[in-house]
Amino acid sequence: MARDILLEMKGIVKNFPGVRALKGVDFSVARGEVHALMGENGAGKSTLIKALTGIYTKDEGTIRFDGREINPRSTLEAQKEGISTIYQELNLSPFQTVYENMFLGREPRNSFGMVDRKTMIQESLRILGELGIHVDVTKPLLSYGTAVQQMVAIARAVSVDAKLVIMDEPTSSLDTKEVEVLFGVIRKLKAKGIAVIFISHRLDEIFEICEHVTILKDGALAGEMRVADIDQLQLISYMIGGEAKQLERTKGDYELQSAPEVARMTDIQQGMRLNGIGIDIKKGEVLGLAGLLGSGRSELAKVLFGAMQPDEGEVFWMDKQVHFKSPKDSIDLGIGFCTEDRKVEGIIPHLSVKENMTIALLPQISKMGVVSSKQQNKIVEEYIDRLKIKTPSPNQAIRNLSGGNQQKVLLARWLCMNPKLVIMDEPTRGIDVGAKAEIEALIQELAGQGISVLMISSELAELERNCDRVVVMREGRNLGELCGLEINQDAIMSIIASAGGELEKGGRLQ
Amino acid sequence: MNKAGKTREDTVALLKQYSAFILLAVMLLLNLIITPNFFKVGTLWNIITQTCTIILTGMGMTVVISTGGIDISVGSVMALAAVISAKSLETVGIVPAIFLGLLAAVIPGLIAGFMIGKMRLQAMVVTLGLMMGVRGAARLVNDAKIFYIDGPHASDYTVLGSARIAGVAPVQMIPILLGIFITWFILEKTILGRHIQAVGDNRKSAMLAGISATKTLMFVYIYSSVFAGLAGIVSAAKIGAADGNTLGNLAELDAIAAVAVGGTSMSGGRAKVFGTVVGALIMQLINITVNMNNIPYEFAQIFKAIIIVFAVYIQRDKAA
Ligand SMILES: Nc1ncnc2c1ncn2[C@@H]1O[C@H](COP(=O)(O)OP(=O)(O)OP(=O)(O)O)[C@@H](O)[C@H]1O
Ligand SMILES: [Mg+2]
Repeated sequence: MARDILLEMKGIVKNFPGVRALKGVDFSVARGEVHALMGENGAGKSTLIKALTGIYTKDEGTIRFDGREINPRSTLEAQKEGISTIYQELNLSPFQTVYENMFLGREPRNSFGMVDRKTMIQESLRILGELGIHVDVTKPLLSYGTAVQQMVAIARAVSVDAKLVIMDEPTSSLDTKEVEVLFGVIRKLKAKGIAVIFISHRLDEIFEICEHVTILKDGALAGEMRVADIDQLQLISYMIGGEAKQLERTKGDYELQSAPEVARMTDIQQGMRLNGIGIDIKKGEVLGLAGLLGSGRSELAKVLFGAMQPDEGEVFWMDKQVHFKSPKDSIDLGIGFCTEDRKVEGIIPHLSVKENMTIALLPQISKMGVVSSKQQNKIVEEYIDRLKIKTPSPNQAIRNLSGGNQQKVLLARWLCMNPKLVIMDEPTRGIDVGAKAEIEALIQELAGQGISVLMISSELAELERNCDRVVVMREGRNLGELCGLEINQDAIMSIIASAGGELEKGGRLQ
Repeated sequence: MNKAGKTREDTVALLKQYSAFILLAVMLLLNLIITPNFFKVGTLWNIITQTCTIILTGMGMTVVISTGGIDISVGSVMALAAVISAKSLETVGIVPAIFLGLLAAVIPGLIAGFMIGKMRLQAMVVTLGLMMGVRGAARLVNDAKIFYIDGPHASDYTVLGSARIAGVAPVQMIPILLGIFITWFILEKTILGRHIQAVGDNRKSAMLAGISATKTLMFVYIYSSVFAGLAGIVSAAKIGAADGNTLGNLAELDAIAAVAVGGTSMSGGRAKVFGTVVGALIMQLINITVNMNNIPYEFAQIFKAIIIVFAVYIQRDKAA
């Protein structure tokens, strides 16, 4: 069966200072096809998309779309051609309302030529409602978490008339339920003959929703095939260019009953999100927090880290009550926190990889406020090597790294501190399979050295593989706990589901 | 990574990085051709004497701007420090007089730092208020008159503006080199320097990495004020008079222009110390070129405007 080609990119070359991001890539997508674009962190996926939609000007190559050659110079121009895009790093305006964001750059006008807010609000409510998102659309976007923001970006992209919708890691901040909603949307698009380019590091998603896959490696084409013709391991080996390991649980049953306690939180109340939850973490334990979005996991982490003050409740560190006024207090005691939203709460964009990695470590490698660059360089090189961070040099500004590589730098920021407890909110978000294995191994190694890890993840398989114990949260409460071999995805899901009806009556929207 | 051969992008990046230096070189070359008597040692010493103010205030301004702020009170602070030190000279002697002048400069810095760092008010508004208030204070101290430095201690003071090191180099070399070195050292070598740039680049991330934005901002506004105070004292010493009305007028604009031409982003982040130095030299070179060629001063202003826009244009970074 011949494919009816919608998009054909040929010989695309894109160079950045010191980096050859694309070295002549061919890429084609057929009408009504869900096409996966795969590759390791820094392989050039996002760059290829940006070269297509006019964010970057390509150095060489041609793009044919819907039968003729196009050269869009901005996202808007691409949109006029019928290409709608959700970028990896959200590019919405956080201070504007949800509905304004939905219609940014294409505001409907009323008969007086004025922006028609009423229509915008109604339409936003309808489109978001179809995606199962019920929020107050007149509130600024930043009053909602990353997941809602992501859903708004998705809603915005699919609500414009397009022939091709591009999604660069749309699922990295979504939980299982929302991923299902998104897949429903993708199937509807497909049924209408609209093509979708789908980028994700979650292999099961690729196998569930995509029919074709193109694999990039180091800026070059590494393969193109039908998804039905390969399995996960084959796909991985195309990506990393070698043998692939399957990720597996390495832990046995729970053995930390008698280990000393590192941190404990009791009856924590905070705003609308935390309603009396308590947890405790043992030395060397990997404790997972599971729950749907809005269940208060990130808020709990922020309270523990001192980035948010609890309204009520107590926090203990090594059996002593503590009141962290700011993150500095908790960092001084040996706590680290790798946040969920790397763009807003993680990277310091114009500073280098080196500076970003060591920013919290500096007091430990300084004398009288003067940084020892020898120690700094040694640590930075060690972690670049270890986490396989792809950067032309440690002095590259972190904003020029690919999303996954930025994430690795942020993880390294806390790992290099020799912490006693590391909180990781979606640690493997946007990280490729190979690096994921490396990071999971590192987490286990840390735990083996007696470091405790509090791990928040929307990917239940990740919790299953890594945790000694998992606390399931919903609406800021502790729903239940699973230990050792009890931990598996189904058990977690059923705990979440079981309490569903009863708590929903509380009527609290996330 | 792929190091084989340079691409066009590499060259562009390199040109961008050194654009301010290239601009300076081009202007020197131009002067060599068009300006009679340009390449004389005297001209060099002249440039150094005259850029002293811009460089000193520019150092403070670089630090402030890299936190994403701005300090438009520097001109007024120059006047205040000059007037206070000049007036107290006869009663307390030279060292305490300078100390008092700098102390007077610390106060507006402290106020700005507190309001911007702690109360989170906007830097532009706070320092605009200070610009007016401090100018008023300087005029009050002086009864709105020019104060000629006079009396038995006068030469202790004026020597700070007219002495020659080893009989040739202007004394201004000392504060210039010290100012550049200290600023460079803080920004590049110390924890504080990292904190300054981190707070300016992404305040939220910085705070989550354990940085106190309040303390950092307090520091930078005091730093800027002290440098402005120093610039004020050096200028008064050069002229031999302290004028609360006019000393330092529009100095803030020169400082901001030097920072902008030097490549530090107005929205904060990476601080370019040597960029600012080059920016200050370019600004001053324009004055001198115009002067030595008998071109009306108005052209210097227009020319500066063009240079600023041009420099900011080539250094702009497209959103990633
Ligand atoms: N603006 C930029 N300046 C310099 N280098 C860049 C820039 N953008 C991307 N790069 C480099 O280009 C390469 C490809 O990056 P790209 O973002 O396309 O990777 P990716 O495949 O999307 O990775 P990820 O899975 O981590 O999102 C990387 O090595 C990255 O460091
Ligand atoms: Mg990417």
